[in-house]
Amino acid sequence: MNFDFSDEQKQMRDEARKFLAEKCPPKAVRAVLDGHASYDKELWKGLAEMGFLGVAIPEEFGGAGAGHLELCVIAEEMGRALAPVPFSSTVYLAAEAILLAGSAAQKKKWLPAIASGEAIGTLALFEGKGNPSPDGIKLAASGGSLNGVKKPVPDGAIADFAVVTGRTGSTGRDGDISLFLVDLKAGGVEAKALTSLDPSRGQAELTFRNCKAEPLGAAGEGWSILTQVLDRAAVLMAFEQVGGADRALEMGRDYALDRIAFGRPIGSFQAVKHMLADMYVSATLARSNCYYGAWALSTNASELPEAAAAARISATQAFQHCAKNNIQVHGGMGFTWEFDCHMYYRRANATALGLGSLSYWEDALIDRMRKKNAA
Amino acid sequence: MNFDDTPQEAAFRAEAKAWIAANAPKQYEDELKKSSLGRTALKGANILEVAKAWQKKKADAGWACLHWPREYGGRGATPIERVIWQQEEGAFGKLSGMFIIGHGMCGPTMMAFAGEAEKKRYLPPLASGEKVWCQLFSEPAGGSDVAGLRTRAEKNGDDWIVNGQKIWTSGAHYSDYGILLTRTDPNVAKHRGLTMFFLDMKSPGVEIKPIKQANGASDFNEVYFTDVKIPDSQRLGAVNDGWNVSLTTLMNERMSIGAGVSTGFPELFEFCNSLMLDDGPAIEDRNVRSKLASWAVKASGLKYTSMRAISALSKGERPGPENSIGKLVAGSMIQDVAAYALDLQGAAGVLAGAEDAEATGKFQAMLLRAPGTRVEGGTDEIMRNIIAERVLGLPGDIRVDKDVPFNKIPTKGRG
Repeated sequence: MNFDFSDEQKQMRDEARKFLAEKCPPKAVRAVLDGHASYDKELWKGLAEMGFLGVAIPEEFGGAGAGHLELCVIAEEMGRALAPVPFSSTVYLAAEAILLAGSAAQKKKWLPAIASGEAIGTLALFEGKGNPSPDGIKLAASGGSLNGVKKPVPDGAIADFAVVTGRTGSTGRDGDISLFLVDLKAGGVEAKALTSLDPSRGQAELTFRNCKAEPLGAAGEGWSILTQVLDRAAVLMAFEQVGGADRALEMGRDYALDRIAFGRPIGSFQAVKHMLADMYVSATLARSNCYYGAWALSTNASELPEAAAAARISATQAFQHCAKNNIQVHGGMGFTWEFDCHMYYRRANATALGLGSLSYWEDALIDRMRKKNAA
Repeated sequence: MNFDDTPQEAAFRAEAKAWIAANAPKQYEDELKKSSLGRTALKGANILEVAKAWQKKKADAGWACLHWPREYGGRGATPIERVIWQQEEGAFGKLSGMFIIGHGMCGPTMMAFAGEAEKKRYLPPLASGEKVWCQLFSEPAGGSDVAGLRTRAEKNGDDWIVNGQKIWTSGAHYSDYGILLTRTDPNVAKHRGLTMFFLDMKSPGVEIKPIKQANGASDFNEVYFTDVKIPDSQRLGAVNDGWNVSLTTLMNERMSIGAGVSTGFPELFEFCNSLMLDDGPAIEDRNVRSKLASWAVKASGLKYTSMRAISALSKGERPGPENSIGKLVAGSMIQDVAAYALDLQGAAGVLAGAEDAEATGKFQAMLLRAPGTRVEGGTDEIMRNIIAERVLGLPGDIRVDKDVPFNKIPTKGRG
C-alpha cells in the first residue's frame, strides 16, 4: 500500500506552487476581484505553457498525458493561490465531459485548444435556484437547436464553448436529458455577466435562441454522463478547496504568531490556539478524504461516486471553516477589504455551491453508501 | 497511489488470514462485532479469560506483539505487517483491550530503559498476556498536569520507599506489574524531580480500589501506596530523569496507530437503516441524511488519515503528533452520535435496559460512557494544545510554575 502521491507528483506540486507564487500573488487576484479584468489572461497563458491545462489530456490530443493524480496536485495549488482563471470550468467540467463522452472529432477539435489555452470551456447546467436534478432542466433541445436560459454559468461570459444540458424528452425519467456541445462564438447565444459572491471568478447568464448545438454522447444519456462529470469535478474541486483551506489556516497561524495583545502573541491564548487546532483538524480530515477521492478518480474505481461525495463534503466544510475562522483570528483587520482574508472567505463560500451545494452531496453520499450496503 | 499489497505483504496476509481462520475463538465473533463503546462484555464468558487465552495462543504461534523483537516475545515484524495483522484480526482485535497499555506503553518503556536481564525476564510473559501491566501516572493532584504528581519515592539503602496515591489506573485490579512515576526531589522544579520505576502490583503496601464511574461500570482504579518497597534495580532511567522516560512512554502511545478509534458511526448508520420514523424510514429523512453524511466524512477522514500515517510508517518515516486528531475527533463524535441516536428514538430513548431499549440499549450505554473518552489519555483540550504547539508551532502555554521548586507551588485555588 502506498496511500500518498509519488515523489514526481510532489515535485510537480512544488513547481506549480513556485510558479503560482510568482505569477499569481494576491495582487493578481485583486485585479480581477476589483473588476479590472474578467480573468487573468497572462496567468492563463502561463498555465498553458507550463502544461498544466492539459496535464490530464492524452498526448494525442495535445495534452501532457500525465493523469488525474497530477491534475489533483495542480488543483490544490490553484485553490491555494485563488487563481483568478477559468481553470475549474475548462479543465474539470468541459474537458472531463469531452474526455468521457466526446466523439473523436469533438476531442480533436476541443482538447488541443484547451491544452494550449486557446479555448475556455464551461458547463451550462443550472437554470436558477436549486441543485442538479433532471427536473430542473427545462432548456428545450430539438432538431439540433437549443432554446432556454442557463444561470449561473461559471465563466460563461468569457467561455468559447459550453457543454449544455438540455431536455429532449418529457417522460419524467433521467433519459429525458441529453448533453450538447455549443460553440459560443458561433451565434445564437447571448452572454450576460452577473454579480458574483466571489468576483475573482465570473458567473454569467446564457440565453440560447435557436442556437445550433451538436450532441455530446448518445441522446438520453445526458444525465448519466453529467453525474460522472460532476463526480470527477467534485474530487478536483475538493483539492482546490483543501488548498484554500490550508492557506487560510496558515494565514491565521502566521497572524497569531505576529500579533501582540495583552503583552503576548495572541497565538499563546488557548481560545485562539484551539480555534486554529480545530481548523487543522478539518483541513486534515478533508485532505485524507481527498486522497481517497484521488485514488478512486485515477483508477476509475467503482468506489468513485462515494469517494467523490465524501471528498466534496469534507473539503467544502473545511474550506468554509478555515476561511471564516481565519477572519476571526485576524479580528477587525480580517474584516477589511485591504486584508486578503475575505478573498478566501468569498472563494470558500462560492466553491461550496458551484457543483451543487452541501445538501445535494450529503444526499448523494447517503444514497451511494446505502447502495453499497445493499449490494 | 495504491492500496495493493506487495508480494511479500500479500504472502504475510495470506498466512495471517489462514492462521486466524483456524485458531480464533469464533464462538465470540458475532458478539465482539456487535460490541460497542460502554458495552464490551461477553454473555456467558469472562472476557478477560477469553482475551488471555487468545493472546497466549497468538504468542505460542508467534503472532503476539508483532513489532517487538523475537527475543522479547515478538515477531520482529514491519509496521505494515502489524497493520495487516490488525486488519485480518478484525473483531477479535477487540480482545486486546486489556493489553493495550502493557504492549503499547509499558513494554516499549521497559525496552528502552530496563536492564537486559529484566527485559528477558519480564517482556515475554507481557507479550503472551500471561502477565498484565498497567501504567501508574495520573494522580488526584495531577491529571493533565502529570508532572504535578505527589507520590513520593525515598531512597533507603538499595531500595526505594513509596508513599502516595494514583488514580485512573486502567486495569490495576487485574494487573501483575505496573510502571510508576514518582517524585524523588520536591526541592527542584516539578519536571526535574521525577523518577520512573516498575513494580510488582502484589507488593506489600499496594492497595487497589475500583472507581465506580459515572456510567456505573468500573474500568479504572485508585491505587494507594503505603511504605511500598521497590528495589533500585527496578528503576527505569536515571534518578530525577523520570519526565524524559515518561515522554518515551507517551510517544509510544502515539506510535500505536492503525488500531482505529471508535466513532459510533457504523452503529448509527446501521440503526438508521432499519429505524422507522412516523413518516417513513429514518434513512430517507432529509435531516437524518444530513447528519449522517457529516459524520460519515469524519469517520472516513479518520480512516484515511490513519492510512496516510501507515504509508509514512512503511516508508520508514515517523508518524508525528498529527495523529492526535484521531482521539480528538472520535471522542466528541461518539458522544454526539449517541445523543442523536437517542433523539431519533423520541421519548423511548430514555429507556436504557437491554430488554426494552431500542438497539438493545447500545446507544444509551455509549452515551453514558462517552464523556470518559474525551478525558482519558489526554483531554480534548490537551490534544488541541498538542496540535497547536507541535504541529502548528504556536507558543506554549505560559507556565507559571515552570521554574518554581515543586514544594513552593500553590496547591489551592481559593483561600
